[in-house]
Amino acid sequence: MPKLQQLTARETIQKIQGNEATAEECVHAVFETIHKLEDKINAYVTLIEGEALKKAKQIDRKISEGKPVGKLAGVAIAVKDAICTQRIPTTCSSRMLKNFVPPYDATVIERIKKEDGVIIGKTNMDEFAMGSSTETSHFGPTRNPWDLSRVPGGSSGGSAACIATDEAMLSLGTDTGGSIRCPASYCSVVGLKPTYGLVSRYGLIAYANSLEQIGPMAKDVYDCALFLTIIAGYDPKDGTSVNVAPKDYTQFLKDSAEGLKIGVPREFFGEGTSDAVEKQVWKGINKLEELGATYEETSLPSLEYSLAAYYIVAMSEASSNLARYDGLRYGYRVDKDDGDWATIYSQNRRIGFGTEVKRRIILGTYALSAGYYSKYYLKALRVRTLIRRNFEEAFKKFDVLIGPTMPFPPFKMGEKIEDPLALYMSDVDTVAANLAGLPAISIPCGFTKGLPVGMQIMASPLKEELILQAAYTFEQNTSYGRRKPAVK
Amino acid sequence: MKKNHLSKKEVEHIAWLAHIELSDQEKLLFTKQFNEILDYFKKIDEVDTEGIEPTYHVLNLENVSRKDKTKPSLPTKEALRNAPKKEKKFIKAPRIV
Repeated sequence: MPKLQQLTARETIQKIQGNEATAEECVHAVFETIHKLEDKINAYVTLIEGEALKKAKQIDRKISEGKPVGKLAGVAIAVKDAICTQRIPTTCSSRMLKNFVPPYDATVIERIKKEDGVIIGKTNMDEFAMGSSTETSHFGPTRNPWDLSRVPGGSSGGSAACIATDEAMLSLGTDTGGSIRCPASYCSVVGLKPTYGLVSRYGLIAYANSLEQIGPMAKDVYDCALFLTIIAGYDPKDGTSVNVAPKDYTQFLKDSAEGLKIGVPREFFGEGTSDAVEKQVWKGINKLEELGATYEETSLPSLEYSLAAYYIVAMSEASSNLARYDGLRYGYRVDKDDGDWATIYSQNRRIGFGTEVKRRIILGTYALSAGYYSKYYLKALRVRTLIRRNFEEAFKKFDVLIGPTMPFPPFKMGEKIEDPLALYMSDVDTVAANLAGLPAISIPCGFTKGLPVGMQIMASPLKEELILQAAYTFEQNTSYGRRKPAVK
Repeated sequence: MKKNHLSKKEVEHIAWLAHIELSDQEKLLFTKQFNEILDYFKKIDEVDTEGIEPTYHVLNLENVSRKDKTKPSLPTKEALRNAPKKEKKFIKAPRIV
Protein backbone atom coordinates (compact mmCIF):
# COMPACT_ATOMS: atom_id res chain seq x y z
CA MET A 1 0.00 0.00 0.00
CA PRO A 2 1.35 3.45 -0.85
CA LYS A 3 2.35 5.73 1.99
CA LEU A 4 0.13 8.75 2.62
CA GLN A 5 2.62 11.19 1.09
CA GLN A 6 2.64 9.15 -2.13
CA LEU A 7 -1.08 9.66 -2.73
CA THR A 8 -2.47 12.18 -5.17
CA ALA A 9 -4.56 15.10 -3.88
CA ARG A 10 -7.71 13.35 -5.06
CA GLU A 11 -6.82 10.13 -3.19
CA THR A 12 -5.92 12.14 -0.08
CA ILE A 13 -9.30 13.87 -0.10
CA GLN A 14 -11.06 10.51 -0.48
CA LYS A 15 -9.06 8.98 2.38
CA ILE A 16 -9.78 11.88 4.72
CA GLN A 17 -13.46 12.11 3.89
CA GLY A 18 -13.82 8.33 4.12
CA ASN A 19 -12.26 8.42 7.60
CA GLU A 20 -9.37 6.20 6.53
CA ALA A 21 -6.81 8.84 7.48
CA THR A 22 -6.87 12.18 9.23
CA ALA A 23 -5.78 15.44 7.66
CA GLU A 24 -3.12 15.66 10.36
CA GLU A 25 -1.67 12.27 9.38
CA CYS A 26 -1.62 13.26 5.71
CA VAL A 27 0.12 16.59 6.33
CA HIS A 28 2.50 15.01 8.82
CA ALA A 29 3.49 12.35 6.25
CA VAL A 30 4.40 15.05 3.74
CA PHE A 31 6.59 16.78 6.33
CA GLU A 32 8.34 13.47 7.01
CA THR A 33 9.42 13.39 3.36
CA ILE A 34 10.42 17.05 3.50
CA HIS A 35 12.68 16.44 6.50
CA LYS A 36 14.22 13.44 4.76
CA LEU A 37 14.89 15.12 1.39
CA GLU A 38 15.21 18.88 1.77
CA ASP A 39 18.95 18.79 2.39
CA LYS A 40 19.35 17.34 -1.07
CA ILE A 41 16.55 19.06 -3.02
CA ASN A 42 16.18 22.55 -1.49
CA ALA A 43 12.66 22.96 -2.88
CA TYR A 44 11.56 25.32 -0.10
CA VAL A 45 12.54 28.77 1.09
CA THR A 46 10.13 28.75 4.06
CA LEU A 47 8.32 25.89 5.81
CA ILE A 48 5.43 26.41 8.24
CA GLU A 49 5.03 23.00 9.83
CA GLY A 50 3.45 24.11 13.10
CA GLU A 51 0.86 26.27 11.43
CA ALA A 52 0.07 23.60 8.82
CA LEU A 53 -0.46 20.87 11.43
CA LYS A 54 -2.68 23.21 13.44
CA LYS A 55 -4.79 23.86 10.36
CA ALA A 56 -4.98 20.11 9.66
CA LYS A 57 -6.22 19.45 13.20
CA GLN A 58 -8.93 22.09 12.76
CA ILE A 59 -10.09 20.29 9.61
CA ASP A 60 -10.14 16.95 11.46
CA ARG A 61 -12.23 18.54 14.20
CA LYS A 62 -14.72 19.90 11.66
CA ILE A 63 -15.02 16.45 10.08
CA SER A 64 -15.50 14.68 13.41
CA GLU A 65 -18.21 17.19 14.32
CA GLY A 66 -19.96 16.45 11.02
CA LYS A 67 -19.44 19.99 9.74
CA PRO A 68 -18.89 20.57 6.00
CA VAL A 69 -15.31 20.98 4.76
CA GLY A 70 -13.87 22.52 1.60
CA LYS A 71 -12.92 20.76 -1.63
CA LEU A 72 -9.19 20.69 -0.75
CA ALA A 73 -9.61 19.69 2.89
CA GLY A 74 -6.34 18.29 4.23
CA VAL A 75 -4.33 18.61 1.02
CA ALA A 76 -0.73 19.80 1.61
CA ILE A 77 -0.07 22.69 -0.76
CA ALA A 78 3.22 24.46 -1.57
CA VAL A 79 3.19 28.02 -2.89
CA LYS A 80 5.82 29.67 -5.08
CA ASP A 81 7.54 32.42 -3.13
CA ALA A 82 6.40 35.06 -5.65
CA ILE A 83 2.84 34.88 -4.31
CA CYS A 84 1.92 36.93 -1.24
CA THR A 85 0.88 35.02 1.87
CA GLN A 86 -0.31 36.95 4.90
CA ARG A 87 2.18 36.81 7.81
CA ILE A 88 4.35 34.27 5.94
CA PRO A 89 7.60 35.65 4.47
CA THR A 90 7.45 36.12 0.70
CA THR A 91 10.91 36.67 -0.72
CA CYS A 92 10.79 36.04 -4.49
CA SER A 93 14.08 34.26 -3.65
CA SER A 94 15.71 37.70 -3.59
CA ARG A 95 17.90 39.41 -1.06
CA MET A 96 15.75 42.48 -1.78
CA LEU A 97 12.68 40.87 -0.16
CA LYS A 98 14.45 38.60 2.34
CA ASN A 99 12.60 40.22 5.26
CA PHE A 100 9.32 40.99 3.53
CA VAL A 101 6.20 39.71 5.30
CA PRO A 102 3.04 40.53 3.32
CA PRO A 103 0.16 42.07 5.28
CA TYR A 104 -2.38 40.40 2.98
CA ASP A 105 -3.09 37.23 1.00
CA ALA A 106 -3.09 36.97 -2.79
CA THR A 107 -6.55 36.12 -4.17
CA VAL A 108 -5.40 32.57 -5.06
CA ILE A 109 -4.37 32.04 -1.43
CA GLU A 110 -7.80 33.22 -0.21
CA ARG A 111 -9.38 30.74 -2.60
CA ILE A 112 -7.21 27.86 -1.32
CA LYS A 113 -7.95 28.71 2.31
CA LYS A 114 -11.67 28.90 1.61
CA GLU A 115 -11.52 25.29 0.39
CA ASP A 116 -9.50 24.17 3.44
CA GLY A 117 -6.26 23.53 1.54
CA VAL A 118 -3.29 23.36 3.93
CA ILE A 119 -0.42 25.64 2.94
CA ILE A 120 2.82 24.05 4.08
CA GLY A 121 5.51 26.37 2.76
CA LYS A 122 6.91 28.68 0.13
CA THR A 123 8.96 27.25 -2.72
CA ASN A 124 12.30 28.26 -4.16
CA MET A 125 12.52 29.96 -7.53
CA ASP A 126 14.77 31.98 -9.78
CA GLU A 127 15.10 35.45 -8.29
CA PHE A 128 11.97 37.44 -9.22
CA ALA A 129 11.05 34.53 -11.55
CA MET A 130 13.82 35.52 -13.96
CA GLY A 131 15.42 32.28 -15.12
CA SER A 132 14.87 28.77 -16.41
CA SER A 133 16.96 26.79 -13.94
CA THR A 134 16.27 27.99 -10.34
CA GLU A 135 19.98 28.73 -10.09
CA THR A 136 19.58 32.49 -9.55
CA SER A 137 17.83 32.11 -6.16
CA HIS A 138 19.47 34.06 -3.34
CA PHE A 139 18.87 30.98 -1.18
CA GLY A 140 20.81 28.54 -3.34
CA PRO A 141 19.63 26.40 -6.25
CA THR A 142 16.98 23.69 -6.17
CA ARG A 143 18.22 20.36 -7.49
CA ASN A 144 16.57 18.05 -10.00
CA PRO A 145 15.23 14.98 -8.11
CA TRP A 146 16.03 12.73 -11.10
CA ASP A 147 19.69 13.74 -11.09
CA LEU A 148 20.96 15.99 -8.32
CA SER A 149 23.74 17.35 -10.54
CA ARG A 150 21.16 18.83 -12.92
CA VAL A 151 18.75 21.78 -12.80
CA PRO A 152 15.05 21.25 -12.04
CA GLY A 153 14.08 23.89 -14.62
CA GLY A 154 12.68 27.23 -13.66
CA SER A 155 11.64 29.59 -12.57
CA SER A 156 9.14 27.54 -10.50
CA GLY A 157 11.80 24.88 -9.80
CA GLY A 158 10.88 24.40 -6.15
CA SER A 159 7.19 24.01 -6.97
CA ALA A 160 7.97 21.25 -9.49
CA ALA A 161 10.63 19.41 -7.47
CA CYS A 162 8.40 19.20 -4.37
CA ILE A 163 5.66 17.48 -6.39
CA ALA A 164 8.07 14.96 -7.95
CA THR A 165 9.47 14.00 -4.53
CA ASP A 166 6.14 13.86 -2.62
CA GLU A 167 7.21 16.92 -0.60
CA ALA A 168 3.77 18.40 -1.42
CA MET A 169 0.47 17.21 -2.91
CA LEU A 170 -0.18 20.28 -5.04
CA SER A 171 1.75 23.44 -5.72
CA LEU A 172 1.28 26.85 -7.25
CA GLY A 173 3.73 28.11 -9.83
CA THR A 174 3.83 31.19 -12.01
CA ASP A 175 4.54 31.24 -15.73
CA THR A 176 5.81 34.32 -17.58
CA GLY A 177 7.66 32.57 -20.42
CA GLY A 178 7.48 28.91 -19.41
CA SER A 179 8.20 29.05 -15.69
CA ILE A 180 5.55 26.42 -14.83
CA ARG A 181 5.92 24.20 -17.91
CA CYS A 182 9.73 24.10 -18.01
CA PRO A 183 10.21 22.73 -14.46
CA ALA A 184 7.14 20.47 -14.88
CA SER A 185 8.88 18.96 -17.90
CA TYR A 186 12.28 18.69 -16.17
CA CYS A 187 10.85 17.10 -13.00
CA SER A 188 8.23 14.91 -14.76
CA VAL A 189 5.11 16.42 -13.21
CA VAL A 190 1.98 18.09 -14.64
CA GLY A 191 2.03 21.89 -14.92
CA LEU A 192 -0.54 24.17 -16.54
CA LYS A 193 -0.25 27.79 -17.58
CA PRO A 194 -3.84 29.03 -17.77
CA THR A 195 -5.22 31.55 -20.29
CA TYR A 196 -4.06 35.07 -19.47
CA GLY A 197 -6.69 36.58 -17.18
CA LEU A 198 -8.30 33.32 -16.03
CA VAL A 199 -6.53 33.29 -12.64
CA SER A 200 -6.25 36.48 -10.59
CA ARG A 201 -2.77 38.00 -10.32
CA TYR A 202 -3.73 40.08 -7.28
CA GLY A 203 -0.95 39.48 -4.77
CA LEU A 204 1.48 38.06 -7.31
CA ILE A 205 4.75 39.98 -7.21
CA ALA A 206 4.93 41.37 -10.73
CA TYR A 207 7.74 40.61 -13.16
CA ALA A 208 6.17 41.02 -16.63
CA ASN A 209 2.52 41.62 -16.02
CA SER A 210 1.17 41.31 -19.58
CA LEU A 211 2.63 37.79 -19.84
CA GLU A 212 2.42 36.09 -16.47
CA GLN A 213 -0.18 33.80 -14.94
CA ILE A 214 -0.40 31.77 -11.76
CA GLY A 215 -1.11 28.10 -12.44
CA PRO A 216 -1.43 24.64 -10.86
CA MET A 217 1.31 22.00 -10.62
CA ALA A 218 0.32 18.45 -9.69
CA LYS A 219 1.12 14.74 -9.67
CA ASP A 220 -1.49 13.98 -12.30
CA VAL A 221 -3.93 15.61 -14.70
CA TYR A 222 -6.97 15.12 -12.47
CA ASP A 223 -5.31 16.96 -9.58
CA CYS A 224 -4.27 19.71 -11.97
CA ALA A 225 -7.87 20.13 -13.21
CA LEU A 226 -9.19 20.11 -9.64
CA PHE A 227 -6.71 22.74 -8.48
CA LEU A 228 -7.41 24.93 -11.52
CA THR A 229 -11.13 24.78 -10.75
CA ILE A 230 -10.42 26.19 -7.28
CA ILE A 231 -8.03 29.00 -8.25
CA ALA A 232 -9.66 30.22 -11.50
CA GLY A 233 -12.27 32.95 -11.50
CA TYR A 234 -12.98 36.62 -11.95
CA ASP A 235 -11.43 39.00 -9.44
CA PRO A 236 -12.36 42.69 -9.40
CA LYS A 237 -9.02 43.38 -7.69
CA ASP A 238 -7.18 42.43 -10.90
CA GLY A 239 -7.96 44.76 -13.81
CA THR A 240 -6.79 42.13 -16.32
CA SER A 241 -8.98 39.38 -14.90
CA VAL A 242 -11.61 38.07 -17.35
CA ASN A 243 -15.21 37.76 -16.27
CA VAL A 244 -16.28 34.37 -17.62
CA ALA A 245 -18.56 31.68 -16.18
CA PRO A 246 -16.65 29.32 -13.86
CA LYS A 247 -16.11 25.74 -14.99
CA ASP A 248 -15.50 22.51 -13.12
CA TYR A 249 -12.52 21.31 -15.14
CA THR A 250 -12.66 17.79 -13.66
CA GLN A 251 -15.92 17.25 -15.58
CA PHE A 252 -14.05 17.31 -18.88
CA LEU A 253 -11.66 14.47 -18.08
CA LYS A 254 -12.81 11.68 -20.39
CA ASP A 255 -10.51 8.92 -21.53
CA SER A 256 -11.01 9.55 -25.23
CA ALA A 257 -9.12 11.24 -28.03
CA GLU A 258 -11.79 10.35 -30.59
CA GLY A 259 -12.12 13.18 -33.11
CA LEU A 260 -9.36 15.32 -31.55
CA LYS A 261 -7.59 17.33 -34.25
CA ILE A 262 -3.90 17.87 -33.47
CA GLY A 263 -1.63 20.33 -35.22
CA VAL A 264 2.13 19.80 -34.98
CA PRO A 265 3.95 23.07 -35.79
CA ARG A 266 7.35 22.30 -37.27
CA GLU A 267 8.77 25.43 -35.60
CA PHE A 268 8.55 23.54 -32.28
CA PHE A 269 11.13 21.07 -33.57
CA GLY A 270 13.60 23.71 -34.70
CA GLU A 271 17.39 23.92 -34.56
CA GLY A 272 18.67 22.95 -31.14
CA THR A 273 15.97 20.36 -30.44
CA SER A 274 17.57 17.16 -29.22
CA ASP A 275 16.88 14.00 -31.20
CA ALA A 276 15.84 12.14 -28.07
CA VAL A 277 13.23 14.79 -27.18
CA GLU A 278 11.93 14.91 -30.74
CA LYS A 279 11.58 11.12 -30.86
CA GLN A 280 9.81 10.90 -27.52
CA VAL A 281 7.32 13.68 -28.32
CA TRP A 282 6.50 12.09 -31.67
CA LYS A 283 5.88 8.81 -29.85
CA GLY A 284 3.42 10.76 -27.71
CA ILE A 285 1.63 12.22 -30.73
CA ASN A 286 1.43 8.77 -32.31
CA LYS A 287 0.00 7.41 -29.08
CA LEU A 288 -2.81 9.97 -29.21
CA GLU A 289 -3.41 9.03 -32.84
CA GLU A 290 -3.73 5.40 -31.78
CA LEU A 291 -6.33 6.54 -29.26
CA GLY A 292 -8.51 8.17 -31.92
CA ALA A 293 -6.96 11.58 -32.65
CA THR A 294 -5.81 12.77 -36.06
CA TYR A 295 -2.73 14.90 -36.59
CA GLU A 296 -1.23 17.04 -39.29
CA GLU A 297 2.09 18.83 -39.52
CA THR A 298 1.71 22.56 -39.89
CA SER A 299 3.68 25.79 -39.76
CA LEU A 300 3.32 29.01 -37.75
CA PRO A 301 6.07 31.09 -39.36
CA SER A 302 5.98 33.95 -36.82
CA LEU A 303 7.01 31.55 -34.01
CA GLU A 304 10.56 32.05 -35.21
CA TYR A 305 10.42 35.55 -33.73
CA SER A 306 8.69 34.69 -30.47
CA LEU A 307 11.83 34.35 -28.34
CA ALA A 308 13.24 37.78 -29.28
CA ALA A 309 9.82 39.46 -28.96
CA TYR A 310 9.25 37.76 -25.61
CA TYR A 311 12.52 38.88 -24.06
CA ILE A 312 12.05 42.46 -25.23
CA VAL A 313 8.54 42.66 -23.76
CA ALA A 314 9.50 40.83 -20.54
CA MET A 315 12.59 42.94 -19.86
CA SER A 316 10.77 46.18 -20.64
CA GLU A 317 7.95 45.35 -18.27
CA ALA A 318 10.43 44.15 -15.65
CA SER A 319 12.27 47.47 -15.70
CA SER A 320 9.02 49.25 -14.96
CA ASN A 321 7.62 46.76 -12.42
CA LEU A 322 10.83 46.50 -10.42
CA ALA A 323 11.24 50.28 -10.19
CA ARG A 324 9.15 50.01 -7.02
CA TYR A 325 12.05 48.47 -5.10
CA ASP A 326 13.47 51.63 -3.62
CA GLY A 327 14.15 50.14 -0.18
CA LEU A 328 11.86 52.62 1.55
CA ARG A 329 8.43 51.06 2.04
CA TYR A 330 9.84 47.53 2.02
CA GLY A 331 12.88 45.70 0.77
CA TYR A 332 16.62 45.96 1.29
CA ARG A 333 17.95 49.31 2.49
CA VAL A 334 21.58 50.19 3.13
CA ASP A 335 22.21 51.27 6.68
CA LYS A 336 23.19 54.87 6.21
CA ASP A 337 21.43 58.21 6.44
CA ASP A 338 23.84 60.50 4.62
CA GLY A 339 23.74 60.67 0.86
CA ASP A 340 21.00 61.81 -1.44
CA TRP A 341 17.99 59.84 -2.57
CA ALA A 342 19.39 58.70 -5.95
CA THR A 343 22.61 57.36 -4.40
CA ILE A 344 20.88 55.43 -1.64
CA TYR A 345 18.27 54.10 -4.08
CA SER A 346 21.01 52.90 -6.46
CA GLN A 347 22.94 51.24 -3.63
CA ASN A 348 19.85 49.47 -2.26
CA ARG A 349 19.33 48.03 -5.70
CA ARG A 350 22.99 47.12 -6.23
CA ILE A 351 23.00 45.00 -3.08
CA GLY A 352 19.36 43.86 -3.12
CA PHE A 353 19.25 42.49 -6.67
CA GLY A 354 21.22 39.59 -8.17
CA THR A 355 23.01 39.70 -11.52
CA GLU A 356 20.23 38.39 -13.77
CA VAL A 357 17.68 40.79 -12.29
CA LYS A 358 20.03 43.73 -12.86
CA ARG A 359 20.67 42.55 -16.40
CA ARG A 360 16.97 42.46 -17.24
CA ILE A 361 16.10 45.77 -15.58
CA ILE A 362 18.92 47.62 -17.33
CA LEU A 363 18.28 46.11 -20.77
CA GLY A 364 14.56 46.76 -20.31
CA THR A 365 15.28 50.36 -19.39
CA TYR A 366 17.27 50.64 -22.62
CA ALA A 367 14.45 49.11 -24.70
CA LEU A 368 11.99 51.66 -23.31
CA SER A 369 14.29 54.67 -23.46
CA ALA A 370 13.82 57.64 -25.78
CA GLY A 371 14.77 56.76 -29.34
CA TYR A 372 14.63 52.98 -28.80
CA TYR A 373 11.03 52.50 -27.67
CA SER A 374 9.63 51.97 -31.17
CA LYS A 375 12.65 49.97 -32.36
CA TYR A 376 12.34 47.42 -29.55
CA TYR A 377 9.25 47.53 -27.34
CA LEU A 378 6.63 48.72 -29.84
CA LYS A 379 8.07 46.52 -32.56
CA ALA A 380 7.90 43.49 -30.24
CA LEU A 381 4.25 44.26 -29.44
CA ARG A 382 3.46 44.35 -33.16
CA VAL A 383 5.23 41.01 -33.66
CA ARG A 384 3.13 39.78 -30.76
CA THR A 385 -0.01 40.59 -32.76
CA LEU A 386 1.31 38.57 -35.70
CA ILE A 387 2.02 35.61 -33.43
CA ARG A 388 -1.52 35.79 -32.03
CA ARG A 389 -2.94 35.86 -35.58
CA ASN A 390 -0.86 32.80 -36.54
CA PHE A 391 -2.34 30.93 -33.60
CA GLU A 392 -5.89 32.10 -34.41
CA GLU A 393 -5.49 30.74 -37.93
CA ALA A 394 -4.11 27.43 -36.64
CA PHE A 395 -6.96 26.98 -34.17
CA LYS A 396 -9.52 27.33 -36.95
CA LYS A 397 -8.20 24.00 -38.17
CA PHE A 398 -6.95 22.25 -35.01
CA ASP A 399 -8.26 21.69 -31.49
CA VAL A 400 -4.79 21.56 -29.96
CA LEU A 401 -1.18 22.13 -30.95
CA ILE A 402 1.48 19.75 -29.65
CA GLY A 403 5.26 19.88 -29.42
CA PRO A 404 8.06 19.50 -26.88
CA THR A 405 7.96 21.65 -23.74
CA MET A 406 11.75 21.96 -23.65
CA PRO A 407 14.07 21.50 -26.62
CA PHE A 408 16.54 19.39 -24.64
CA PRO A 409 16.58 17.34 -21.40
CA PRO A 410 17.58 18.89 -18.02
CA PHE A 411 21.09 20.31 -18.24
CA LYS A 412 23.90 20.31 -15.67
CA MET A 413 23.96 22.94 -12.96
CA GLY A 414 26.37 25.70 -13.91
CA GLU A 415 26.35 24.68 -17.57
CA LYS A 416 24.50 27.73 -18.92
CA ILE A 417 24.36 30.24 -16.10
CA GLU A 418 27.41 32.21 -17.29
CA ASP A 419 25.94 32.63 -20.77
CA PRO A 420 22.58 34.42 -20.49
CA LEU A 421 21.67 34.15 -24.16
CA ALA A 422 22.25 30.37 -24.17
CA LEU A 423 19.95 30.07 -21.17
CA TYR A 424 17.27 32.25 -22.81
CA MET A 425 17.31 29.89 -25.81
CA SER A 426 15.94 27.08 -23.65
CA ASP A 427 12.58 28.96 -23.53
CA VAL A 428 12.15 28.80 -27.31
CA ASP A 429 9.10 26.50 -27.24
CA THR A 430 7.30 27.95 -24.22
CA VAL A 431 7.25 31.76 -24.68
CA ALA A 432 4.76 31.81 -27.57
CA ALA A 433 1.88 30.74 -25.30
CA ASN A 434 2.59 33.74 -23.04
CA LEU A 435 2.79 36.20 -25.93
CA ALA A 436 -0.54 34.93 -27.26
CA GLY A 437 -2.12 34.44 -23.81
CA LEU A 438 -2.98 30.79 -24.58
CA PRO A 439 -3.43 27.96 -22.11
CA ALA A 440 -0.64 25.38 -22.30
CA ILE A 441 0.20 22.28 -20.28
CA SER A 442 3.33 20.17 -19.88
CA ILE A 443 2.83 16.48 -19.11
CA PRO A 444 5.34 13.65 -18.68
CA CYS A 445 5.87 11.86 -22.00
CA GLY A 446 8.89 9.66 -21.40
CA PHE A 447 12.55 9.55 -20.48
CA THR A 448 15.90 9.72 -22.18
CA LYS A 449 18.86 8.24 -20.29
CA GLY A 450 16.82 8.47 -17.08
CA LEU A 451 15.92 12.14 -17.59
CA PRO A 452 12.32 13.29 -18.07
CA VAL A 453 10.84 14.59 -21.33
CA GLY A 454 7.71 16.76 -21.32
CA MET A 455 5.07 17.17 -23.99
CA GLN A 456 3.38 20.54 -24.42
CA ILE A 457 -0.27 20.82 -25.44
CA MET A 458 -1.82 24.22 -26.26
CA ALA A 459 -5.31 25.38 -27.17
CA SER A 460 -7.24 28.61 -27.90
CA PRO A 461 -7.80 31.07 -25.07
CA LEU A 462 -10.19 29.74 -22.38
CA LYS A 463 -10.18 26.21 -23.85
CA GLU A 464 -8.35 24.63 -20.92
CA GLU A 465 -10.77 21.70 -21.08
CA LEU A 466 -9.42 20.62 -24.48
CA ILE A 467 -5.83 20.36 -23.32
CA LEU A 468 -6.85 18.75 -20.04
CA GLN A 469 -8.84 16.07 -21.80
CA ALA A 470 -6.03 15.33 -24.27
CA ALA A 471 -3.53 15.23 -21.41
CA TYR A 472 -5.79 13.00 -19.31
CA THR A 473 -6.31 10.55 -22.16
CA PHE A 474 -2.55 10.37 -22.77
CA GLU A 475 -1.87 9.84 -19.08
CA GLN A 476 -4.51 7.10 -18.71
CA ASN A 477 -2.90 5.14 -21.53
CA THR A 478 0.77 5.53 -20.63
CA SER A 479 2.77 4.98 -17.45
CA TYR A 480 5.40 7.77 -17.61
CA GLY A 481 3.62 9.98 -15.07
CA ARG A 482 3.62 7.24 -12.44
CA ARG A 483 7.40 6.81 -12.45
CA LYS A 484 9.04 8.39 -9.41
CA PRO A 485 12.62 9.56 -8.92
CA ALA A 486 14.85 7.66 -6.50
CA VAL A 487 16.58 10.61 -4.89
CA LYS A 488 20.22 9.80 -4.16
CA MET B 1 33.66 42.95 -37.34
CA LYS B 2 30.22 43.31 -35.86
CA LYS B 3 29.06 46.77 -34.90
CA ASN B 4 28.55 47.21 -31.19
CA HIS B 5 25.12 48.38 -30.11
CA LEU B 6 26.26 49.73 -26.76
CA SER B 7 29.50 51.08 -25.34
CA LYS B 8 30.54 50.75 -21.70
CA LYS B 9 29.78 54.45 -21.26
CA GLU B 10 26.23 53.96 -22.54
CA VAL B 11 25.72 51.00 -20.20
CA GLU B 12 26.79 53.25 -17.33
CA HIS B 13 24.23 55.84 -18.41
CA ILE B 14 21.35 53.33 -18.68
CA ALA B 15 22.24 51.78 -15.33
CA TRP B 16 22.06 55.28 -13.87
CA LEU B 17 18.62 55.75 -15.44
CA ALA B 18 17.56 52.44 -13.86
CA HIS B 19 19.07 53.49 -10.51
CA ILE B 20 21.35 50.49 -10.15
CA GLU B 21 24.92 51.08 -9.07
CA LEU B 22 27.29 48.76 -10.96
CA SER B 23 30.81 47.66 -10.17
CA ASP B 24 33.42 48.14 -12.87
CA GLN B 25 33.51 44.41 -13.44
CA GLU B 26 29.71 44.32 -13.93
CA LYS B 27 29.91 47.20 -16.41
CA LEU B 28 32.39 45.28 -18.54
CA LEU B 29 30.48 42.01 -18.32
CA PHE B 30 27.11 43.63 -19.07
CA THR B 31 28.46 45.59 -22.03
CA LYS B 32 29.66 42.35 -23.64
CA GLN B 33 26.47 40.43 -22.81
CA PHE B 34 24.10 43.25 -23.82
CA ASN B 35 25.72 43.44 -27.22
CA GLU B 36 25.26 39.70 -27.72
CA ILE B 37 21.63 39.85 -26.61
CA LEU B 38 20.81 42.95 -28.69
CA ASP B 39 22.38 41.25 -31.67
CA TYR B 40 19.90 38.43 -31.19
CA PHE B 41 17.02 40.91 -30.76
CA LYS B 42 17.84 42.27 -34.24
CA LYS B 43 16.00 39.21 -35.53
CA ILE B 44 12.64 40.98 -35.24
CA ASP B 45 13.82 43.72 -37.64
CA GLU B 46 13.18 41.19 -40.42
CA VAL B 47 9.46 41.12 -39.70
CA ASP B 48 7.24 43.44 -41.72
CA THR B 49 4.92 45.04 -39.14
CA GLU B 50 3.67 47.89 -41.32
CA GLY B 51 0.09 48.67 -40.32
CA ILE B 52 0.00 45.99 -37.56
CA GLU B 53 -1.51 47.09 -34.25
CA PRO B 54 0.50 46.37 -31.10
CA THR B 55 -0.94 43.89 -28.57
CA TYR B 56 -1.34 45.30 -25.07
CA HIS B 57 -3.82 42.81 -23.66
CA VAL B 58 -4.26 39.43 -25.30
CA LEU B 59 -8.01 39.26 -24.75
CA ASN B 60 -8.40 42.93 -25.71
CA LEU B 61 -9.74 44.17 -22.40
CA GLU B 62 -9.66 47.95 -22.41
CA ASN B 63 -10.23 50.69 -19.89
CA VAL B 64 -11.31 48.48 -17.01
CA SER B 65 -12.63 50.69 -14.24
CA ARG B 66 -14.61 50.31 -11.06
CA LYS B 67 -16.75 52.57 -8.90
CA ASP B 68 -14.68 54.94 -6.79
CA LYS B 69 -15.82 53.69 -3.40
CA THR B 70 -13.81 53.65 -0.19
CA LYS B 71 -13.25 50.27 1.40
CA PRO B 72 -11.43 49.27 4.55
CA SER B 73 -7.68 49.48 4.01
CA LEU B 74 -4.57 48.47 5.95
CA PRO B 75 -4.09 50.07 9.36
CA THR B 76 -1.02 52.37 9.51
CA LYS B 77 0.89 49.95 11.68
CA GLU B 78 0.45 47.14 9.16
CA ALA B 79 1.28 49.38 6.21
CA LEU B 80 4.52 50.47 7.91
CA ARG B 81 5.54 47.04 9.17
CA ASN B 82 7.91 46.28 6.29
CA ALA B 83 9.58 49.69 6.09
CA PRO B 84 13.27 49.40 7.07
CA LYS B 85 13.40 52.95 8.53
CA LYS B 86 10.43 54.74 10.03
CA GLU B 87 9.54 57.38 12.56
CA LYS B 88 6.16 57.80 14.25
CA LYS B 89 3.59 57.35 11.49
CA PHE B 90 6.03 57.98 8.66
CA ILE B 91 8.49 56.17 6.42
CA LYS B 92 11.92 57.75 6.69
CA ALA B 93 13.26 58.67 3.25
CA PRO B 94 16.71 59.88 2.27
CA ARG B 95 17.25 63.54 1.40
CA ILE B 96 15.53 64.40 -1.86
CA VAL B 97 16.69 67.98 -2.54
